Amino acid sequence: MTDQQGDIITFDNVGLRYGTGKEVLSDVSFTLYPGSFYFLTGASGAGKTSLLKLLYLAQRPSRGMIRMFGTDVITLPRNRLPGFRRRLGVVFQDFRLVPHLSAFDNVALPLRVSGVRESELQKPVADMLDWVGLSHRAEAKPATLSGGEQQRVAIARAVIGRPDMLVADEPTGNVDPEMALKLLRLFEALNRLGTTVVVATHDVHLLKKVPESLIMRLDKGRLSDPTGALRFPPRRPPRRDDAL
Amino acid sequence: MSEAPKVTRQVARGFSAFGGERAAQLLPQARLSGPMPWVIAIMITLTVIAAAGGLALSNLASGARAELSGGATVQILQALPQERDRQAAAAEAVLADMPEVSGLRRVPDEELDALLEPWLGTGVDADAVPIPALIDVRLRGEASEAELAGLRSALADVAPDARVDAQSSWLRPVFSAISSLQWLAIALVVLLALTSAAAVWLAARSQLGGNRETIEIIHLLGGSDSQIARIFQRSIAFDAALGGAVGLALGLAAILLLGQQFSGLESGMIDGGGLQLVDWLLIAAIPLAGVVIAMLTARFTVLAALRKML
Ligand SMILES: Nc1ncnc2c1ncn2[C@@H]1O[C@H](COP(=O)(O)OP(=O)(O)OP(=O)(O)O)[C@@H](O)[C@H]1O
Ligand SMILES: [Mg+2]
Repeated sequence: MTDQQGDIITFDNVGLRYGTGKEVLSDVSFTLYPGSFYFLTGASGAGKTSLLKLLYLAQRPSRGMIRMFGTDVITLPRNRLPGFRRRLGVVFQDFRLVPHLSAFDNVALPLRVSGVRESELQKPVADMLDWVGLSHRAEAKPATLSGGEQQRVAIARAVIGRPDMLVADEPTGNVDPEMALKLLRLFEALNRLGTTVVVATHDVHLLKKVPESLIMRLDKGRLSDPTGALRFPPRRPPRRDDAL
Repeated sequence: MSEAPKVTRQVARGFSAFGGERAAQLLPQARLSGPMPWVIAIMITLTVIAAAGGLALSNLASGARAELSGGATVQILQALPQERDRQAAAAEAVLADMPEVSGLRRVPDEELDALLEPWLGTGVDADAVPIPALIDVRLRGEASEAELAGLRSALADVAPDARVDAQSSWLRPVFSAISSLQWLAIALVVLLALTSAAAVWLAARSQLGGNRETIEIIHLLGGSDSQIARIFQRSIAFDAALGGAVGLALGLAAILLLGQQFSGLESGMIDGGGLQLVDWLLIAAIPLAGVVIAMLTARFTVLAALRKML
């Protein structure tokens, strides 16, 4: 079960259909190189969120194989999955903040789930809220926050536990360009600490802001991989030129 | 570029449980907003009262049975007062010497007069309406026919006018009434307990319905099934315990009030109708059962919802 290749994620011929509908993802194969920064792009409805749902273990594929941290997660019993989810940070497209918890408690949630002691989480959570510019709204409930503020809480919650992989679905959709850039810097900082980052977006301007990033393009549920670099990444940390 | 925040690496990767306080923080702090504790309080009150009634009735029945089944009555049916007193005294002497007799008491004439007064009026002329002499006899064993025959033959010589009866024979209709009531009480308690269980179940489910979103979020953040179930169990147990405590308090108040009224009746026969320690423990267990049902409902509902997710 251990990982020889050091891959963090491998998809092999993955297909997904909802119910009896047609496939929204077909023949998706790629390997995410640890410590890399990926953008997932594609038109609306191309299947970005669907692919991310497979990544953050909210959905089982209809076919194909998925390995995560060197383990086949398709055949893994349900009760082993929480341990994998805890190694991920997720920014959901619809935020998914717990409505009756304050911004502070929402950000603290992953740490509490992982059993971090209360005394040890106060400062990191406060620092994180400060970073996303929400210290003054720490006690506010999500319903009283603006869309952009909710998004920042969602991002803070996703990165607080310093996950092995960060998955973000349109994380800058609701903030102004300046805040978008600031959040991107946060992802980069996390990336430099070793976290693999996958950001789904259709904002092409964002791609240019992270020069060392790799681009995954979804087109009607198919991943374009002209050079094969996504499917068979080189042993050294790949560069953007490899992927294109 | 500004400096990245310090993010903690202290995240334990294990499946450690939530501490009590942390678990509580994951759910709404505004308790008692829903109908749950109040529904439980009312159902527990009713169940406690019905159970107390049933238990008291059952104690009454078995107490009376034990007391009366070992009792016999000797009547001296003799119209002449002197002769009646003589036979009564002789009978007392003979009975006192019998090993199977544990106690006896001649019911004084004044007491009999008082008993009969409602029917015959005061100042009854003893000669006009002959009143039998009455001796209450307490036997060591049950007042079986064989025992009674023994008493009769022992008294035949000294008190030819004696008539010996088991007390229970007079009270057979009372016994059967009590035991019907007892069954009625048991049926009521069972029905109420079922209704309470259903009410607790429904209340717990409706409380969880509003938290489906939260369950899913914690699930996606890596909460394990039992961890999530525990959070909700804890919160619902709190509500159920509160409802149970209020219900128990109200039920006990009602029982004590009724108990006082009954003890005011001062009927010599209705003794042992009180509640014993084990009964009080049973009654105290009713709200606990409510809490257990609420917790199990929470657990199964949450686990069922989670099992539908990956
Ligand atoms: N739960 C679902 N049940 C059925 N169909 C779904 C479901 N979720 C998504 N789809 C369909 O799958 C396709 C891909 O959807 P998805 O949300 O992955 O697109 P997306 O690339 O994230 O789009 P956007 O950029 O608008 O967020 C769409 O046609 C959508 O209608
Ligand atoms: Mg989407």
